[in-house]
Amino acid sequence: MTHTFPEEVLEHVFSFLNTQHDRNTVSLVCKSWYEMERWCRKRVFIGNCYAVNPRVLIQRFPEVKSIELKGKPHFADFNLVPEGWGGYVYDWIVEMVRVYPMLEEIKLKRMVVSDECLEMIGKGFKYFRVLSLVSCDGFSTDGLAAIAANCRNLRVLDLRECEVEDLSGYWMSHFPDSFTSLECLNMACLNSEVSFSALERLVARSPNLKILRLNRAVPLEKLSTLLQLAPQLVEFGTGAYSADVSTDVYSSLVAAFSGCKDLKDLSGFWDVVPAYLPAFYSVCSRLTCLNLSYATIKCPDLTKIVSQCHNLQRLLVLDYIEDTGLNSVALTCKDLRELRVFPSDPFVADPNVLLTEEGLVSVSKGCPKLQSVLYFCRQMSNSALISIAQNRPNLTCFRLCILEPRAPDYLTFEPLDVGFGSIVENCKDLKRLSMSGLLTDRVFEYIGTHAKKLDMLSIAFAGDSDLGLHYVLSGCESLRKLEIRDCPFGDKALLANASKLETMRSLWMSSCNVSFGACKLLGQKMPDLNVEVIDERENLYSISESDPVEKLYIYRTVAGERSDMPNFVRTMGKDDMYNLS
Amino acid sequence: METEGFGLEITELRLGLPSGGGGERNEKTRMFLDIVGDGSDRNNEMAVGWPPVCSYRKRTITKLYVKVSMDGAPFLRKIDINSFRGYSDFVMALENLFGLGDTSEYTPIYEDKDGDWMLVGDVPWR
Repeated sequence: MTHTFPEEVLEHVFSFLNTQHDRNTVSLVCKSWYEMERWCRKRVFIGNCYAVNPRVLIQRFPEVKSIELKGKPHFADFNLVPEGWGGYVYDWIVEMVRVYPMLEEIKLKRMVVSDECLEMIGKGFKYFRVLSLVSCDGFSTDGLAAIAANCRNLRVLDLRECEVEDLSGYWMSHFPDSFTSLECLNMACLNSEVSFSALERLVARSPNLKILRLNRAVPLEKLSTLLQLAPQLVEFGTGAYSADVSTDVYSSLVAAFSGCKDLKDLSGFWDVVPAYLPAFYSVCSRLTCLNLSYATIKCPDLTKIVSQCHNLQRLLVLDYIEDTGLNSVALTCKDLRELRVFPSDPFVADPNVLLTEEGLVSVSKGCPKLQSVLYFCRQMSNSALISIAQNRPNLTCFRLCILEPRAPDYLTFEPLDVGFGSIVENCKDLKRLSMSGLLTDRVFEYIGTHAKKLDMLSIAFAGDSDLGLHYVLSGCESLRKLEIRDCPFGDKALLANASKLETMRSLWMSSCNVSFGACKLLGQKMPDLNVEVIDERENLYSISESDPVEKLYIYRTVAGERSDMPNFVRTMGKDDMYNLS
Repeated sequence: METEGFGLEITELRLGLPSGGGGERNEKTRMFLDIVGDGSDRNNEMAVGWPPVCSYRKRTITKLYVKVSMDGAPFLRKIDINSFRGYSDFVMALENLFGLGDTSEYTPIYEDKDGDWMLVGDVPWR
């Protein structure tokens, strides 16, 4: 018997497989399953746009409806990737317009998107529904106007932390009056003011609108108007939360917020005038997510808010919350899964707030479901890290940034090796780790020994020698993304673990000790890796073998060397038959 | 990167009408901008990209206040340079602050630390 089930049955079974991981697995079972699966895969996720190319995508998956692409390496968020490096979505859009006219969704992260791309999307996909751009750049509000004007069936326009050239707010007026399908609009990252009447009419004719995140330019006085038009909102982001104090504005706001019975998620709150804060207290007990990370609200007000949020699962906040505020979180937010504390004044060495390691220890003790932490602070100790690890072995993501590079345990002046070691030893399901402070090769030995589920690791100003890198590359079985800056790691560990790199998505190393010659060797030895040397200081064709490279980005690929590199990027080992230097 | 120190290099910015405009006005309406700053040499001490605060957030939270004074205006105004994405934004905000509107034409110029008059817009905004 060659077939146990008819194709239709298998296809039906496959339709229940939603994750890319599961679909990848079934396609490896046998050739017929591979064939069947590829014809019915609707959603594709490409974690590194240069790992494949449009042709490879199209050849394998002819019926794609939704695509997600990521471009630049993560460290691009911190200005470590020079402008012009790459990540252009243009060629992808051109090919997809040609081959996938029924495409419905495009989600991009850290990619360069031009206005022309947005126009092509608007005009090329008749049934286009979802556009999500996270940390993207390269486009202006003209591109948004093209989307608004052309996408008749748009459901989602989600712009998060994008750098948009803001020519005017007029783009919003391009949504036609017949357009009523909007479900999500996130324009928080835009600067210029949109026509309020256009916004008002858009909200009024969008009965399915569940997510609305306004930009800073929408005044507080207008919020109640919008909320009254959309009481069905589930997620809402305010604009600037400031106005002259007026009882009329205040009471309208109170009424409007209480009218939103389904509201679970709040954000925005730029330029807060504290007198207006109580206006949203009525929704606090229903909130599952609260993002106050752009709000300059100080402690007593902040504590008052969080102490009412009994159902909070995600909290993003500035360090104005201080240890006292975090104690309040620990007491109140028993359902908390994720905490992110950002620095209010990251570039000043002296503390401007009373936030220490104690706040984090407190939350780790009081919040049993806490899984994900991002915490910026100015001091840390091994004993605090050990407490956190023992309190919360269920942590899956732990990112700690001590502002001063190489800062030791502030109590003992020792490195923080033991503390982070305790984290990886106790938190057996840890998938993501970012470390800071004074760290020796020891911590990497702990990581290599214990962090078996670790998927992504970020290291800065740490380690003593190649041994550190070797521990990580040889020990972390699940490691897919590794990013390193300013560490004394060199050629030995990299070359000794070359084959490991093929099992990973990518490795970034900047301001380390990897020599140009080692990069060449690696590129020559490993044809399935792109070993990109990024160096703006030197001419990449006259650099000497023993010189350390400025930046290095290595990723596995089936697409070969990319064709859009600027002159400060060179892929090693591929062109060396022409350039033996 | 070399454009990091933009705010700290400029000591004084002045906005004035284009020179030789008509000949009827002997005095240009001038706007003076002085960096108020935040006291610390922050960007000079930290390594690039450290601490790892993403550039979107960095732009939103850091403030670089500039005091703006204009000839004939009764009081000074303060404006945060970091809240603008580029020169066009910035110039538009200055127009709005002083109610200049479309009728008034001017060329923004500033005086750098060498005492030379420089045309605003040559140095990359960042």
